[in-house]
Amino acid sequence: MKISFVSTMAVIAALTAQGAQAETLRLLTWGGYAPDDVIALFEAETGHTVEVTTSNNEEMIAKLRATNGGGFDLAQPSQDRISSAQEEFGIYKPIDMSKVNADLFIPSMLGATAANTTYDGQVYGLPHVWGTSGLVVNTAMAGDVTDYIDLCDASVAGKVSYRLKRPTLIGFAFSMGLDPFAAYGDTAAYQGILDQVEAKLTECKPNVKTYWDGGDEIQNLLRSGEVVAAMAWDTGGWQLNADNPDITFVAPEAGALGWIDTFVLPARGRADDAAYDWINFVMRPEIAAMITNSAGNFTASVGGDEGVSADLKARYQGSFDQAAIDNIKWYPPVPAGLEAMEGATLDRVNAAN
Amino acid sequence: MRADASRLGFYLLLAPILLWLVVLIILPHIGLFVVSISEKVGPREYETGFANYAAFFTEPLYWRTFARTAIMSIAATALTLILGFPIAYYIAKLTRGRTKTTLFLMCMIPFWVSELVRTFGWMILLRETGVISNALQSLGLVSGPVELLYNDAAIMVGLVYTSILFMVVPLVTTLDSLDDSLIEAGYDLGASSTAVMREIVIPHAMPGIVSGCIVVFMLSLGNYLTPILLGGKDSLWFTGMIYTQFITRFNWELGSAFGFLLLALSSLVIFVGLKLSRQSLTDTMGRA
Repeated sequence: MKISFVSTMAVIAALTAQGAQAETLRLLTWGGYAPDDVIALFEAETGHTVEVTTSNNEEMIAKLRATNGGGFDLAQPSQDRISSAQEEFGIYKPIDMSKVNADLFIPSMLGATAANTTYDGQVYGLPHVWGTSGLVVNTAMAGDVTDYIDLCDASVAGKVSYRLKRPTLIGFAFSMGLDPFAAYGDTAAYQGILDQVEAKLTECKPNVKTYWDGGDEIQNLLRSGEVVAAMAWDTGGWQLNADNPDITFVAPEAGALGWIDTFVLPARGRADDAAYDWINFVMRPEIAAMITNSAGNFTASVGGDEGVSADLKARYQGSFDQAAIDNIKWYPPVPAGLEAMEGATLDRVNAAN
Repeated sequence: MRADASRLGFYLLLAPILLWLVVLIILPHIGLFVVSISEKVGPREYETGFANYAAFFTEPLYWRTFARTAIMSIAATALTLILGFPIAYYIAKLTRGRTKTTLFLMCMIPFWVSELVRTFGWMILLRETGVISNALQSLGLVSGPVELLYNDAAIMVGLVYTSILFMVVPLVTTLDSLDDSLIEAGYDLGASSTAVMREIVIPHAMPGIVSGCIVVFMLSLGNYLTPILLGGKDSLWFTGMIYTQFITRFNWELGSAFGFLLLALSSLVIFVGLKLSRQSLTDTMGRA
């Protein structure tokens, strides 16, 4: 009897230990950041299971806001959108650096992301994938487009597309010789910049074929030749380059806009251990290279670029020389409330005739 | 005892619809209303007030989009009726048996695929490198590619196509119930085709027409995919604006206020429509 009691306890203990180890990781991320082969390797190694939901910055924040930070265990918004969302809605929890293998991260990126995602003295974000947005140009048909503002040129009238979102405002502002990032802290100055950009975008509207929404939409427009120059992400340009050598990503003269997608822990996530396991797993150089080959963007993993396919490296080097890399404008954290101003500007551009 | 049992049965039968109404419609609307009357004054700071509703009336963009959405939805409803009535009349009165079933089925087949797929189908047809543009070019009717997508006409085509079934079905039902002998009697008494249509067919079909119009109007007004995908850079649609406020602007307060205004607008238009057509809602819904 006693023996069976002990063995029962042992079984229960073993089961609970197993339960504590193997968790379900509900991951809220971008398309391509959690490829099936990486998930299979992770599940085989740790015993956790991974459920992936793909999304974008705004939807990630909206989803987490709707549940006060529940429903997911790990999310990947861009680093400039973390501290303001935390300030407004309190949807994340701080990163416990003792559970992260910091040696896997490129130190400068880890430090910069920590500085940008600090709210109330605590760090909320770790860097994962980085990339830029700039111009995707069909060089055979619109070789003259080298800057955001060239999209308004008469030579490409009706064959241009961009998004009606904040990167467009920022890109055009830089291209017009303004510095929106310097005005982030000064509401009046920022409104002045927005007004100038609004005038330009309204004037430019007849040039635009349509405002694109999804990555597939702009790729289709460029591939079919209906659009010859667009403001878009670098990876989209490189993917198109594989099919049509004329189309590629061009780093604009005013500077490509650099973003870093991060790891953050939603406030009511239930599987923090699995989340840290995932972070430490995907930042390994060989896994990071798999993700780069899938998503098309490089990661903050030390040595993660070594296993990347030669084609992608060649395309990256074709778009970025050292000067273009130095000229990348990295998004600083967006202060709370700025997006309401930008929203009003975008609405007016959308309504203008 | 018997009365008790039947009462219990009544409440049991009522329970699902009551649950549906309270849990899925009334409670969310109360929550939405509470959100819509809170004004944001700073991060995590809110006050109660009607500033969100005021913002709608002071910012011309909002109420213009609102008016545009309403007018285009009414136009789409009228177009759907004009296109749907002959189809319904043909199916109900001029065909019999198998042909009737086949025609009815053909109206329904497009609705077996999702709305998104149907909308993408229209995009493939209408785009500059699309089917219609290429066909026109190969026929020599136009010299260069033509862009038929990204304008209000494209939105209209999409809306009418999406909702025509919901007009045809109630019309067929009411026209079916019209006794053919009444039409024949009309002709026997020397009425012209127009007179028969005006005096006999349309008055009889009125409940079907009104209920079809209500459904189509609501579907168009609340449509999100069709205007956004087919409309391009000028496609301002009120539902799109609500989505933007909720998702990209994180402004749930204004989005909720917009939601209520849309509810008020659709109720108002339907009320006015019923008054003008001298139909009552119970009559319309009961007969169609």
